[in-house]
Amino acid sequence: MTPEVKVSENVAALLKKPLRPGEDFIQVLLVACALVSVLTTVGIILALLGDALRFFATPGFSWWDFLTGTYWEPGSGHFGILALITGTLMTSLVAMVVAVPVGMAIGIYLSEYASARVSRVLKPVLEILAGIPSIVYGYFAINFVTPSLQAMMGDLVKPLNALSAGIVMGILILPLIASMAEDALGAVPKSLKQAGFAMGATKLEVALHITLPAATSGIVAAIILGLSRAIGETMIVALAAGSFPRVSFNPLGSVDTMTGYIVRTSGGDIPQTSIEYMGIFAIGLTLFLITLGLNMMSRRIIEHFREVYE
Amino acid sequence: MNLDNTAGLDLKNVNIHYGDFHAVHELSMDFQSREVTALIGPSGCGKSTLLRSLNRMNDLIPSAKTTGEIVFHGKNVYDTDVDPVQVRRWIGMVFQKPNPFPKSIFENVAWGARINGYKGDMEELVVTSIQRVALWDEVKDKLQKPALALSGGQQQRLCIARTIAVQPQIILMDEPTSALDPISTAKIEDLLDELKKSYTIIIVTHNMQQAGRVSDKSAFMLTGVLEEFGTTNEIFFNPKNPKTEAYISGRFG
Amino acid sequence: MSDFHPNEKGRKRTAGLWNVVFLAATLVGVLSLVTLVTSLIDSCFGYVVLQDAYAYSEVSVAPDKALASLTKDELVQTLRTTAEADLTDLTTGRLRLLEMDRPLEVRTEDDLRNLVITEVLKSEIKKSWSLMESLSQAPAITEFQKSRYPDGHLAFRSWLSPEFLTKAQSGGKAESNGLRGAIIGSLWIILIAIVIAFPIGLGSAIYLEEYASDNWLNRLIQTNIYNLAGVPSIIYGMLGLAIFVRLMGPITSGAIFGVQDVNGRTVFSAGLTLGILILPIIIINAQEALKAIPNSLRYSSYGVGATKWQTIWHHVIPASMDRILTGTVFAVSRAIGETAPLVVIGASAFLTLDPSGLFSKFTTLPIQIFTWSQMASPEFRHVAAAAIVVLLVLLLGLNAVAIYFRTGIQKAKDAL
Repeated sequence: MTPEVKVSENVAALLKKPLRPGEDFIQVLLVACALVSVLTTVGIILALLGDALRFFATPGFSWWDFLTGTYWEPGSGHFGILALITGTLMTSLVAMVVAVPVGMAIGIYLSEYASARVSRVLKPVLEILAGIPSIVYGYFAINFVTPSLQAMMGDLVKPLNALSAGIVMGILILPLIASMAEDALGAVPKSLKQAGFAMGATKLEVALHITLPAATSGIVAAIILGLSRAIGETMIVALAAGSFPRVSFNPLGSVDTMTGYIVRTSGGDIPQTSIEYMGIFAIGLTLFLITLGLNMMSRRIIEHFREVYE
Repeated sequence: MNLDNTAGLDLKNVNIHYGDFHAVHELSMDFQSREVTALIGPSGCGKSTLLRSLNRMNDLIPSAKTTGEIVFHGKNVYDTDVDPVQVRRWIGMVFQKPNPFPKSIFENVAWGARINGYKGDMEELVVTSIQRVALWDEVKDKLQKPALALSGGQQQRLCIARTIAVQPQIILMDEPTSALDPISTAKIEDLLDELKKSYTIIIVTHNMQQAGRVSDKSAFMLTGVLEEFGTTNEIFFNPKNPKTEAYISGRFG
Repeated sequence: MSDFHPNEKGRKRTAGLWNVVFLAATLVGVLSLVTLVTSLIDSCFGYVVLQDAYAYSEVSVAPDKALASLTKDELVQTLRTTAEADLTDLTTGRLRLLEMDRPLEVRTEDDLRNLVITEVLKSEIKKSWSLMESLSQAPAITEFQKSRYPDGHLAFRSWLSPEFLTKAQSGGKAESNGLRGAIIGSLWIILIAIVIAFPIGLGSAIYLEEYASDNWLNRLIQTNIYNLAGVPSIIYGMLGLAIFVRLMGPITSGAIFGVQDVNGRTVFSAGLTLGILILPIIIINAQEALKAIPNSLRYSSYGVGATKWQTIWHHVIPASMDRILTGTVFAVSRAIGETAPLVVIGASAFLTLDPSGLFSKFTTLPIQIFTWSQMASPEFRHVAAAAIVVLLVLLLGLNAVAIYFRTGIQKAKDAL
């Protein structure tokens, strides 16, 4: 009736840890997998530093010129990275001017107003926009946006210009901002909103004066992340923004960005020992540090300033 | 060494900490073989914590630290050369919320036995285990269906079946019926009478009437201290400790 | 009571204004997508003016018969004789290349006819129009062709055609380009990327979620992964260039395996680079999937005396696999669209031979789009648009399968 359980005489042996080499081996394997990601970062840093340092050590290079010079032409001794940075900043700023207001408006709308029916249409649209590869946006910029701008403003708009690239980049980024804003707003406890409604506030007043400020940290983080994305974006600017590596503040004309320059220069067949080649890595290093800084700032803001309600 | 078919547990000066919080203080008691012992007391008194230390489930919580001796067949299960995985094979556990594996009913019962190296007739083991928890009639023609499709009470009985399929000596139960309806609760309480013929059962319950119905001995705990331990009759009708008396008569808890 | 001055009208008006703002924002999003899609379709079809460089009557083996009614043998003969006699630009060398690609005898009649048109007659597209232009300005277009290219003829062309997918690249003229090499390249590279990134990514996620204790090293690893996910993709390209192409050149070029190749700009390097690029995304997604499994499942497994790995392998992974897989599909669709890193590594802009193995030179769908978008000749706009449509359809299909799969699993779980 009751099942016989065979228990050996030596209980200590019974409970002893058996050798489980399989378990240990698997654990080692898993740690190795996790270390690959560490190796990746090490690889990136080495890859960038290697040639960047060689670049900085080239005779004729001056840090002063690097940081303040106004045009980038290493072959003829001009090392002004500002030229590329202003290009990047211009296109990114245009992108943010497009993406932030539109993205936030959509985020507020989705979070506070939209019915299920509208959400069901709008959300997939946003996901599709976010999923379109940037090269497609680049094509769109030179074949549709630039001609449209030219139709509107005539000759002022050059065939390759920062405005087109920026606008299209904005469209690329706005789904990111919209969804992060929506998440941030959705995380605000309902009790806060209900307190507002209970005082007789309208939906708009609750959304703008209560919910929005309560989600500030999430929204600021979203904007910084969007900026970082814009700065690192390559194909749109490579196709549409131009190749004019001098400091310029005219959005209707050609500019050069850090990413565009790298792609253009490395796409060709330049010798590995040339100064242009090494220069790419110096630019890459700068780009890496800028985006890393922005990303870390964004995460810091979420972690440290996250409003605590409960 | 006289090895019964089942065994008890001897606890000596057991202390359990969660980080800085001292959850169980200097606890000593003996759980007898083939008896049902109930751990009772108000919320937060440490009964579940104590239960989880008996089969080293507390090891899974990084901040938990257990000192003292919990002796099973003459060996302290917390000795450094003891494998917690093996401890759990001999001291099984049924949890508060039924948690069958997302597998078929058959697999739920068979899996534990299989990984512990059961070489006998698996089908017979599964059928017997399910019969012993009075679940057979309800599932006999759907053994391959998902276990999650069963009702709460059926799932919990299945969890008991999977525990006994591994053929442990002691079964720990952490408030096994608190998430179930009265009918399922009654069915499981009836099981305990049968099961204690083969296993030592230690049950945590915050339902005093349940303790009264099912247990042979009861241990009353308050803020991590064992206040009184004796036969259930003594505890309920003739408690020696005034705190026990206060709890039993419902003045707090 | 009289201290309150309710401004109901004003507040309602503000609300109304903001509603307009929200509507406008939504429209921007929707319109962008619609405009993008329509302009793409617009470029994929349209009238073209075709003109032959060489007269048909001078090169055909049966000049009395029209081109459309030549038999297969006659077509093959035409090709051979014109090449040998050097009648047109078709050289014997070029013919041999075509034969290597696919022997003439095996080709279909339509295919051969096409060859005669493009290689012998050198039928060129002199001008092209978009779909909207073709539909709305048909008479003007006909006039144009008659006056400017009287020797040519007007045809309606689908730049997006099955033929486009199966043709090889051939530089030069827009119309003679096909996507075959790019599609094969993309598939090879994605395969390598998944083979690398999925096991390592899943392994890392399991380690971080199930094994790693909370110490500074593991927190560093976790933070590092979040940072890697935000690194611009072009930086991965530079990593690939410096490490995979140059440093590991002997391996990635196949030199140590005896392959006769000059450099490390191969399918292998590209696959490695993309694999490393999507690795952080796969890790983060898998971690989320594992986090979503409640601890009660793990406890119930430990309760019957299972080890950690038994618990993970038999219970946790199967329970989270659906979410892991759908996340991986999304990572793959991101990889398919990546261009910048592969350009930096050194994709071949003009590839005549299809990639045939790990150590071949490569090109991918997005790289073709990039190359064609930069060409001066306006006809390249059409092939670029057609390539984009192919890419988007591919991505849409992939994502649709993933979403369908995910909702299917969700429904099955809810039914229990």
